[in-house]
Amino acid sequence: MTNSKNMSIQKLLYTLQIADNALILGHRISEWCGHGPVLEQDIAITNTALDHLGQARSLYQYAATQFNALNQEEKKGLFVSSALQSLIAQGKLLDEDDLAYLRDGWDFRNVWLVEQPNKDWAYTVARSFLYDCFNYFFYTELRNSKDETLAAIAEKSLKEVTYHIRWSSEWVIRLGDGTEESHKRMQQAINDRWAYTGELVKMSEADTAMLAEGVGVDLNAIASQWQERVASVIEEATLTIPQDTWMQEGGKEGRHTEHLGYILAELQFMQRAYPNMEW
Amino acid sequence: MTVQSFEKGFNDKLDKELTIEPRDWMPDDYRKTLIRQISQHAHSEIVGMLPEGNWITRAPSLRRKAVLLAKVQDEGGHGLYLYSAAETLGITRDEMFDQLHTGKAKYSSIFNYPTTTWADMGAIGWLVDGAAIMNQVPLCRTSYGPYARAMVRVCKEESFHQRQGFEIMLTLAKGTEQQKKMAQDALNRWWWPSIMMFGPADDNSPNSEMSMRYRIKRFTNDELRQKFVDVTVEQTRILGLEVPDKDLKWNEERGHYDYGKINWDEFWAVVKGNGPCNKERLEARKTAWENGAWVRDAAMAHSQKRKERSSKKEAA
Repeated sequence: MTNSKNMSIQKLLYTLQIADNALILGHRISEWCGHGPVLEQDIAITNTALDHLGQARSLYQYAATQFNALNQEEKKGLFVSSALQSLIAQGKLLDEDDLAYLRDGWDFRNVWLVEQPNKDWAYTVARSFLYDCFNYFFYTELRNSKDETLAAIAEKSLKEVTYHIRWSSEWVIRLGDGTEESHKRMQQAINDRWAYTGELVKMSEADTAMLAEGVGVDLNAIASQWQERVASVIEEATLTIPQDTWMQEGGKEGRHTEHLGYILAELQFMQRAYPNMEW
Repeated sequence: MTVQSFEKGFNDKLDKELTIEPRDWMPDDYRKTLIRQISQHAHSEIVGMLPEGNWITRAPSLRRKAVLLAKVQDEGGHGLYLYSAAETLGITRDEMFDQLHTGKAKYSSIFNYPTTTWADMGAIGWLVDGAAIMNQVPLCRTSYGPYARAMVRVCKEESFHQRQGFEIMLTLAKGTEQQKKMAQDALNRWWWPSIMMFGPADDNSPNSEMSMRYRIKRFTNDELRQKFVDVTVEQTRILGLEVPDKDLKWNEERGHYDYGKINWDEFWAVVKGNGPCNKERLEARKTAWENGAWVRDAAMAHSQKRKERSSKKEAA
């Protein structure tokens, strides 16, 4: 199977992998809008949701361009949903919305971490923190991609992600080194979300193929930067790093937790119920 | 100076159209009326985040989702400036929240109606923000300085929102039969509540007279309502939709549209807590506040720890 996928398809899957992380995390964070613990933070967290959504849009637009350049056979073999198959059969060009709204769960390539529920402020902060630490080093490296579009998206996104990592790190520290209750909650959230961090830096087929092409990022190199950064914040927050955690994975290969189905049911409802319309 | 001379100074400023500032002397009922109005306005912004927030995760395109998210975020920002303006009058944000959560303070009743379809995002932007602008533009010249200045910023963003809402409606109205139906259905449900947003008729508005006298309010409820109807009916024509009012007709003599009888029983029922979503809206605000208590406590405790550490360092 590995050899049968050519490089244009690998690059498309690689782009989608990054885009799906951004969309799904942005979706989860956007659920806070109007419900934050304090008005200033409601506004701040909504801002990060907007950033992730903006990044997802740039990436889906690029992914759509890549998809539209494939031949008909390649197009047909990529996505399962009948909505997309029907557009492809009609020879229609896909756009950002088709990719976000008409793919089914098994064609989404986001990591499990980003689809986990918000639960409370500590779990939300933990998820963002663990992801932002990855995303910061990821985009830093992606700026050197041989692919000019990905490099440009990385350059632009890095400014936003630099704010994200600062925001979530500060909250980990504030909650960890706050009250007894907040300390307990923050530690619990880090413990429970830790199992989803291994996948962040595990090379998928697309990661490996794109690294070889000089397009993608070496996640093994990022792994140590990630660990260092996370450890220093956790220490400042007077928290401890979970030990011997079994790492969950599957998102990059299209296997997901039960949560993704519900996210998509909500996210895609309009496009599925009222197909082929302008909004 | 005597109370009389303070009062004279205050009245002179009002007569000269000068703004009253936080450190100026002001009559108690002026202060009280402003706190009531500004906090009610701030509460409306943050409760108003809920009905639209309801569609963020279901927006039909990524572009619409981004625009909606940014809009709801703007409303949070408006809430923030308004709470700050009210705080200059000697009330804290926590006290205002407490008044909201206990039902002592009101917010705009329009937000007690449900958003059941995507078209409601269009109708709210177009009608509700449209009505809000009619109310708020004159407030940019209201007598209390901090309120007037907050309103200048709020109005700029609101008019942007209103155009976005109209654009959603236009896209639907020019779309498929189902989309057109969605747009008309939203107009049917939001028209009358929007007309009611201007508050009770002038002969039944308990706070209007004093507010006019203090130049807090610049136009009466009925004047603003008429202006809104006149403008909005024309916009409905552009959309090719129908206003759900069989008595609506142009009155040549008055130079205005005549409109049908407003159902004031419904208005007062919703004000008193019996709208379709009063309970949910208040519950959502209370839950956010209560669930956030440990977070706010942690932030306070942490900043206290930091302060202590840095003062220890300085001492050492």
